Amino acid sequence: MEMSTILPILDGTMRSATPLLFACLAGLFSERSGIIDIGLEGKLLIAAFFSASVAAMTGNVWIGALAGIGASMTLSLIHGLASITFRGNQLISGVALNFLASGLTVIVGENWFKLGGRTPQLDGTARFQEITLPFAEALRDVPVIGPIYTELISGHTILVYVGLLTVAVTWWVLFRTRFGLRLRAVGENPESVDTAGVSVARLRYGAVLIAGLLCGLGGAYLATGLAAGFVKEMSAGRGFIALAALIFAKWRPWYALFACLLFGFLDALGNRFQTIEVVGFVIPTQFMQALPYILTVVILAGFVGKAVPPRAGGTPYVKER
Amino acid sequence: MDKMPKWVDIALIPLINLFLALVVSGLVVLYIGESPVEAITIMVKGAVGSTYGWGYTLYYATNFIFTGLAVAVAFQARLFNIGGEGQAAIGGLGVALVSLSVDWPHWTLAFPFAILGGALFGAAWAAIPAYLQARRGSHIVITTIMFNFIASALLVYLLVNVMKMKGSMAPETRRFPEGSFLPSAYDMAGWVGLKFSKSAPLNITFFLAVLCCILVYLLIWRTRLGYQIRAFGHSEPAALYAGISPFRITMITMLISGGLAGLMGVNAVMGEAERLVIDSVQGAGFVGIAVALMGRSHPLGVFLAGLLFGMLYQGGGELEFEKPAVSREMILVIQALVILFTGALDNMVRAPFERFSSRAKRPPKPQPPTGSMTHKSDDTKVARS
Repeated sequence: MEMSTILPILDGTMRSATPLLFACLAGLFSERSGIIDIGLEGKLLIAAFFSASVAAMTGNVWIGALAGIGASMTLSLIHGLASITFRGNQLISGVALNFLASGLTVIVGENWFKLGGRTPQLDGTARFQEITLPFAEALRDVPVIGPIYTELISGHTILVYVGLLTVAVTWWVLFRTRFGLRLRAVGENPESVDTAGVSVARLRYGAVLIAGLLCGLGGAYLATGLAAGFVKEMSAGRGFIALAALIFAKWRPWYALFACLLFGFLDALGNRFQTIEVVGFVIPTQFMQALPYILTVVILAGFVGKAVPPRAGGTPYVKER
Repeated sequence: MDKMPKWVDIALIPLINLFLALVVSGLVVLYIGESPVEAITIMVKGAVGSTYGWGYTLYYATNFIFTGLAVAVAFQARLFNIGGEGQAAIGGLGVALVSLSVDWPHWTLAFPFAILGGALFGAAWAAIPAYLQARRGSHIVITTIMFNFIASALLVYLLVNVMKMKGSMAPETRRFPEGSFLPSAYDMAGWVGLKFSKSAPLNITFFLAVLCCILVYLLIWRTRLGYQIRAFGHSEPAALYAGISPFRITMITMLISGGLAGLMGVNAVMGEAERLVIDSVQGAGFVGIAVALMGRSHPLGVFLAGLLFGMLYQGGGELEFEKPAVSREMILVIQALVILFTGALDNMVRAPFERFSSRAKRPPKPQPPTGSMTHKSDDTKVARS
């Protein structure tokens, strides 16, 4: 394949991977602390809606992003309340929050804008603009490196770079800070953390809120970076693909980046080509769309390495008396 | 928990949860500038105010009873089958294949084969996640979620590329042969000389749903297998110790669960659409979760909760028709809140009751063993002196 065909696909990979990455890292924080979160989808959706709406009203994308983060963290708090304070079923809470997000975004959107659940088209300062990195134009004509730098690395919105940075930060927080050590411990063996005199509930609330923050960024990117406004159900299963990527990555930050890039690549490939032919066989696009899920099932089945989740995941912690 | 009177557990708490969900939904309605009281009046009238309303309410209820039973049976073995959506979609495919394969002379012949087709296909779609859970320890929630997406991609592929009617743009199969049309409520009312709305989609499958409720009850509470399923759900080590094979129970439970979800296809695909369309399930698989939670995983509860959600869906449709400001998605919000309050925040309502009943029946709290913690023993000394 030519450079000119590969580069747009890789460029598209970055764009598709970014919301997945935010949601995936959100899930990573949450699940590492022992709180399973299948409400990533709903948080992405509600953040996308509030970021686009507030950006449309104020004309400022940053205020929009803050509103999206706020909405996403509110859902996180409800999830925390249900699964930490009231020791409810975390899966059920996640299912409920997904429905809540898909219902509320349309009802409130219709009430605010009367556009059938959409927000007005965003432009100018109401959207995250593409950033041209330094020397991008100057390097354009350098063979190989030039196009890669100018087209692939440069020219994304700031959130794409923030997403990449978040991977490193997540790794650092989890494996190089005291908070991270405790967080991992609370997901494997909460009793040990409790015995050491650290509040299990506070740690888990912390993790769940970080998850809300990250999903908020992911949702804001969806509606104000990738697209120019909110449309109904625009998260389109990305929260679940992120969940799949998390399992694929075996709950590790750098692997999460690669998993999200892989799934983003599949998405970009499907967007670019209607049909893909491999040695005489036509691969239908539907197969490409289903591939992340199929790969996850294969990984879960343990045929390609074993994915072992944090041990205390899903079980509420009851403090000993 | 066992100190609580039974009626509090199975009736009062779910009703309080439902009430809380409705109150919060009412606040949402209030926020968008409509009257909650008026909204609920329209909904109830639209759902049960005419035979037309009843026809839709019971049609939706039929779907939800199937998917609700599917979730409930799995809950009995403490398996969370979140894949009802995919299993029902594939079940619908099975029903469509049966209906299209033969030029059926009469519905009485087509009906049993369609039931078989729907149940087998639904069960088959549940079989792989079940096997992976039982043998390889893959979390069934995640695999069934993945299988929902795979099912939807598979159906889009089949309808667009394989099963689409020739010369048609719409991704749907041709209409089923006339001999496979199930008798509608209008036809059945005619048999006994009654009048029923002609346009409502309610059909004979409703009685199949009722029959399934009874069969599930008998299976879970009146057979050896049902006992094993419940034992496995209560405690896996205990079940293992009693000689119950976790593999066998997981497989059987999930096959039954998937089969029940697949039966939804008989109602939606054969009874209503009379062709296979994209997304014949329309979220009913997820409603099943709410129905099973509301119904406390008991067939009678599932029946009543299915009816309630049927009313909610039909009433919600009427509400949107009468009050365009309240869009159909209001149903999703109510559904979400019902799941949240009855499923996830259950302890919020339950805890005060438990505290109350334990205080009423068990006056002195057992003293903590002395000496286990030094500062505690000081307390007991004070109490003794």
